Amino acid sequence: MDIQPLGDLAIRVCFGEGINETIHKRVQSFTSRLHFSKINGIVECVPAYNSVAIYYRPELISYTKLVAEMENICNTSGDVNILRPIVYEIPIYYGGKTGQDLPFIAQYHQMSEEEVINLHANKEYLIYMIGFVPGFPYLGGLSQQLSVPRLEHPRPKVPAGSVGIGGDQTGIYPSEVPSGWRIIGITPVKLFDLDEPNPNLISAGNYIKFFSINWNEYQRIKNLVDEKKYKLSTYLKEGG
Amino acid sequence: MRTAIFKVIKPGLLTTVQDLGRYGYQQFGISPSGAMDPYSMQLANILVGNDQGEAVLEASFLGPVLEAGSDMVIAICGGEFSTKVDGREVLMWKSFPLKKGEILSMGSYKQGARAYLAIAGGIDVPVVLKSKSTSLNGGFGGYEGRPLQKSDLLYGKPVIRKPWKELHPELIPQFNKQLTIRVILGPHQQMFTEKSIKQFLSEEYIVTPQSNRMGYRLKGPKLEHQLGSDIISDPIPLGGIQVPASGQPIILMADRQTTGGYTRIGTVISVDIPLLAQAVPDTTVSFTEVSLEEAQRLYLERQKFMKLLQVAAK
Repeated sequence: MDIQPLGDLAIRVCFGEGINETIHKRVQSFTSRLHFSKINGIVECVPAYNSVAIYYRPELISYTKLVAEMENICNTSGDVNILRPIVYEIPIYYGGKTGQDLPFIAQYHQMSEEEVINLHANKEYLIYMIGFVPGFPYLGGLSQQLSVPRLEHPRPKVPAGSVGIGGDQTGIYPSEVPSGWRIIGITPVKLFDLDEPNPNLISAGNYIKFFSINWNEYQRIKNLVDEKKYKLSTYLKEGG
Repeated sequence: MRTAIFKVIKPGLLTTVQDLGRYGYQQFGISPSGAMDPYSMQLANILVGNDQGEAVLEASFLGPVLEAGSDMVIAICGGEFSTKVDGREVLMWKSFPLKKGEILSMGSYKQGARAYLAIAGGIDVPVVLKSKSTSLNGGFGGYEGRPLQKSDLLYGKPVIRKPWKELHPELIPQFNKQLTIRVILGPHQQMFTEKSIKQFLSEEYIVTPQSNRMGYRLKGPKLEHQLGSDIISDPIPLGGIQVPASGQPIILMADRQTTGGYTRIGTVISVDIPLLAQAVPDTTVSFTEVSLEEAQRLYLERQKFMKLLQVAAK
């Protein structure tokens, strides 16, 4: 465990390098214990793949005291209840104008676009965290065969629902945002909707599985989503 | 009583409702938003007798033209805008009365980029996820989740307080086009070449027009990475300076993404965020390193100063 300041109002607690479920379980269990600790002066904490950022108010808790509290939490062992995870099934229209980087990825890895789609869909991805913009899931489990470098110059805008690959990561953009990831498709499903009692359709610790749809199905589902009649299908993860 | 306080005659370039931001939701990817220059924003509130965190209007570069829907007391702080009431020039950093039917024109910027209009009694917009700030990315909060548009009606609960409170001229910040911004290095400084770190702390960078409430894109000598520019995405604080493969720094501001995957060379200290928030394109920025202790000493001093002003103004 490594603790560093992130400017004067936050710290970063890092649990290791790389993306893997073991390190991430430590992130999750640390975050849960932090929530229960109710340390005065903490504004919020943001868990990520292998680190947690803790935002605090130095007028209420000093850096030294905060670091000591964090070390204390890390050194406390204790079980955290983990529920059996859910798998959300997300429809994707791959390629076309809304998946303009699909040919690049196929070419980069010398495979067909079909093969890229088959490797990306039909696989359960762990939702490590929600971040970047409201409702954006960071997913683990992307096939090494699909890993591509990010764009050198991020695009100023990609449309809501865009599905991209950046490095070893894949995810869905719930709103129109700038992005440096390679865009391979689009989903009609809204991952973040403030009209719903719980604005986040999906939550960290669960899984996502993509399935490929054609343009007509995309339109049909989009209409259902707009009329708030689309029900996302889910199932319980085997052996979760 | 809830009253229409302003009718929007012209919306200006980007006028949004902002408070001190939305906290507690970054774990769901929801950016804090809030006033870009919280220093000016809090002073505007203090001058009209509000709590320092009450929602205000933030105008950028070209301010709005607003018709007063009732009598009220207002104050405008921040970048210097050519502000007029019914054609008469009015001073900033001072609370003054506005009569029903009068036209307040915030004009365009002369110095600095953003001005803050506070109304005694505050702005009445729904509190979404514990804040009145507009989330432009999320399309929620503030006034219907968007910048003001022509013909919008803004509501408030105006209270008439004693006007003509003003700030001592020495306390009015000067926003110039040459900034020295203090940073705390990290968390990824070891991913840059030593030469690049030195360069970052000695050369000048220029604010490009591709700068907005999300982030400031700077241009200058290319910063080189030792082992690539990508990291496993992690949380980004306000003022985080990320450097993608292009080697050009991007400073993350109020509407920033909550997490990101580019190496960060440092973080702008909190007391210097308002200066940066007022930077217009072509401003030159030089960075200097400070210790965490020094940054927090400045932060605590600023907090204390705000508290004293708040007490003095009541």
